[in-house]
Amino acid sequence: MKTSAPESLCITGVTLLSGAGIGDQVTSVLIQDGAIAAFGKQAEQATADRVLQAEGCYLSPGFVDLYCNLREPGNGQKGNIASETRAAAKGGFTTVCAAPDSSPINDTGAVTRLIQEVASERSPIRVLPLGATTRGLEGELLSDMAGLTAAGCVAFSNGSLGIRDARVLRRAMAYARTFGYTLMFQPNNRALAADGFAHDGLVTARLGLLGIPEIAETTAVMELLLLAEETGVRLHLSQISTARAVEMVAEAQARGVAVSADVAMHQLVFTEDALSGFDSRFHVIPPLRSENDRQGLLTGLRTGTVSAVVSQHQPHDPAAKRAPLGETAPGLSSVESVLSMGLMLVSDGELTLPELIRALTSGPAGVLGLGVGELRIGVGADLCVFDPAATWVANDTSLQSTGKHGPILGRPLPGVVRYTISQGSVAWQPT
Amino acid sequence: MTALLNMDTLLDDLEAGLRRQLHERGIDNPALIGIRTGGVWLADVLHKRLGLNEPFGELDISFYRDDFSRIGLNPRVQPSHLPFETEGRDIVLVDDVVMSGRTIRAAMNEIFDYGRPASILLVALIDLGARELPIHPDVVAKELSLEAHQRVKLQGPEPLSVELREAGQ
Amino acid sequence: MTATDSSLPTLQLTREGRLKHFLTLDGLDQALLTDILDTADSFIEVGERSIKKVPLLRGRTVVNLFFESSTRTRSTFELAAKRLSADVLNLDINTSATSKGETLSDTLLNLEAMASDMFVVRHSQSGAPHFIAETVTPGVAIINAGDGRHAHPTQAMLDMLTIRQHKGQFAGLKVAIVGDILHSRVARSQIRALNTLGVEEVRVIAPATLLPKDVESLGCKVEYDMRHGLRDLDVIIMLRLQRERMEGALLPSEREFYRLYGLNEEKLALADSRCIVMHPGPINRGVEIESAVADGPQSVILNQVTNGIAVRMAVMSMAMSGQVSERVQPGEGAGQ
Repeated sequence: MKTSAPESLCITGVTLLSGAGIGDQVTSVLIQDGAIAAFGKQAEQATADRVLQAEGCYLSPGFVDLYCNLREPGNGQKGNIASETRAAAKGGFTTVCAAPDSSPINDTGAVTRLIQEVASERSPIRVLPLGATTRGLEGELLSDMAGLTAAGCVAFSNGSLGIRDARVLRRAMAYARTFGYTLMFQPNNRALAADGFAHDGLVTARLGLLGIPEIAETTAVMELLLLAEETGVRLHLSQISTARAVEMVAEAQARGVAVSADVAMHQLVFTEDALSGFDSRFHVIPPLRSENDRQGLLTGLRTGTVSAVVSQHQPHDPAAKRAPLGETAPGLSSVESVLSMGLMLVSDGELTLPELIRALTSGPAGVLGLGVGELRIGVGADLCVFDPAATWVANDTSLQSTGKHGPILGRPLPGVVRYTISQGSVAWQPT
Repeated sequence: MTALLNMDTLLDDLEAGLRRQLHERGIDNPALIGIRTGGVWLADVLHKRLGLNEPFGELDISFYRDDFSRIGLNPRVQPSHLPFETEGRDIVLVDDVVMSGRTIRAAMNEIFDYGRPASILLVALIDLGARELPIHPDVVAKELSLEAHQRVKLQGPEPLSVELREAGQ
Repeated sequence: MTATDSSLPTLQLTREGRLKHFLTLDGLDQALLTDILDTADSFIEVGERSIKKVPLLRGRTVVNLFFESSTRTRSTFELAAKRLSADVLNLDINTSATSKGETLSDTLLNLEAMASDMFVVRHSQSGAPHFIAETVTPGVAIINAGDGRHAHPTQAMLDMLTIRQHKGQFAGLKVAIVGDILHSRVARSQIRALNTLGVEEVRVIAPATLLPKDVESLGCKVEYDMRHGLRDLDVIIMLRLQRERMEGALLPSEREFYRLYGLNEEKLALADSRCIVMHPGPINRGVEIESAVADGPQSVILNQVTNGIAVRMAVMSMAMSGQVSERVQPGEGAGQ
């Protein structure tokens, strides 16, 4: 985050777009002192330091990613805060939550402060650290949640590992509830998931891959929901992958449990079929599931049961993906392709544009209680200006992330981000 | 163009030539082997005309071709079938057309993998010359010299006829 | 929305639809499988000659790349390659000794330098031969000698050859595969081959713990009761049961498994009287199958071994041939 006083900007020729809807006319937006200062004629008549012409583009609130691996601290092979936040900014994101499974793991205030210091120097966008719920993510001892919060953590996760021991889980929830902290957990029963790395279904039956059954997720969801209900903790289910989990969350919400959920964008676009050619890029955890699950997740997003879409960005060095499928590291380099995949869903009629934008802005912002996601005078200027008609091709050169294993490579993708504005400054524009 | 060559005359000549060779060499119990596919048809005819009791053999030289590294394996290889021991026998090897000599070389390699014959006598309906190896038929019914654009092929098995075609047709 | 197009069919076939790798039976049509069986028949004849060798792969180098040891399978591949006159190099690579991921890529880099023409690959990971086919220099044929739980296509094809020899054709046949389907690459390839070749019915007979989820989608019917499942069968394929299956709570004991799913003379009598019994070997006598059945008149287990060499010769020569044809410009190679 740069702290120098930003120049004033006037963005012209845009259509306003937010979770609430699409503006009915082309307008301009004036940004002064890091906030939206005026719209329309008033904006055009003001003298701005810089005019950004964006004819044909939408202007939406900047995207918020609840789960993004920035790989720093770490050895740098798989990326760092500078490379991955640049990638996120290119993807239209103005806020990313940094996953706690860095190396070392973010389970102390020192690591949290390190992340923030590096981000303040090298990130063009806002980085919000997620703390580890248990020390070393080992699921045994609680980390210093209050200390981590004081250092800047906005919520607590346990990475992709979850917490095996229900007693530890219950105590973590009770402790977090005491201070009003949000817990973000990926539901996964590790005994049932065992060594699996693909959805236990049609493709694993045919290719003989080790499966993760649907029940590994749903039993974990059930356990988390019951414990959350009992402890009263604010629970957010990260990256759910099954239709059944959506139904269970909806039921829990209906009876007043403080639970929300998100889904990774690639779960909305791809299914288990993506692995039918042993393509290691699509080795992701949770695994890509059936078409029925994909439909259930989309329904959950439309109804609001699932309030956010995340990137679950996991950049890797090429060697980590260059092996037989079962020996590769899980995860996609996805943060730059989230908007394009979402626009594909919109053009296929599976989501409306406001539904997509809501899931990328006000939805995730609401999970963390952040006051972003609206376009009105006075709010901080975290904005994304994108051209829905333009296309780009993801490849080794165009991808800003260190990870080159994007979900869709080598063919035109819809939607190009022209400007990402973070706190009133241009955080990304194509060179 | 087929009228150019009378099949009955060709077969008569072939039979007469073969009988003469067998007589000259003092062979009274030859073992006939035809090379697929045209050679097998001719072997069948000669087998009947000579009144041999022992069935004749069929050779598929696909596994022995020397151009595998250029054109690969014929997708429809059939097993060779030699219903007799070749060891010590006087073999009559029959093919329809002899040109470069490579097919004959491959066939002889294959025959030797079954056993060591006493002799091999080569019979061909048509000799087109253009030899690339030191191989010469002992009995030939017709010698032809083709233009670069011409191709000759034995059609059969019933009736047998020689087809002369312009290349590319 | 569709995901990536499956690259399997194009990866192992040339533009003309000829085999250039042999990774899986998925995507191979009935005509191609029949070609493999016919070519194998020709090679059986070669095995009956005094000199059991043809010069097809003379001057070629075949590397047996075994990341999982199997002396038996490796020996048949080695013999097949030698009968095709190829030079054979056997490499047994212990995967557990090196760290994950690095082994295969690094090994491949080293092997590239040897200018091999064919890799015969056995690996504990499903899809490893596929990965190798995508990774190595073009022109090298990859033959799958068994990968994880995925496929063992040469084993399945030799089983098909055995069935054809005894039954003449596939139409109208009822075939059952009995035992540990879940962990079996052989079963997956067999189910695929039997469906492609057009048998009437494939049954899998096993307890639910040894069946993959959605197994019916592979083209088979599930029978939990072996006695019920054996009715009117023309072919019974028994699978080997690994002893470690007792450990993961998949089965209570060998004894109980044998009682419920083992094949003895009394159960065999429930099938058609001309039913043949097959087993990919090595046999666990008294675990999957009674000795009297394994050695009995309906057993064709020894035929399977002979056919193994012929099928591997067929697949190796066809894949090498496909690689060769990829390199040839159209119009070249008019014949001899």
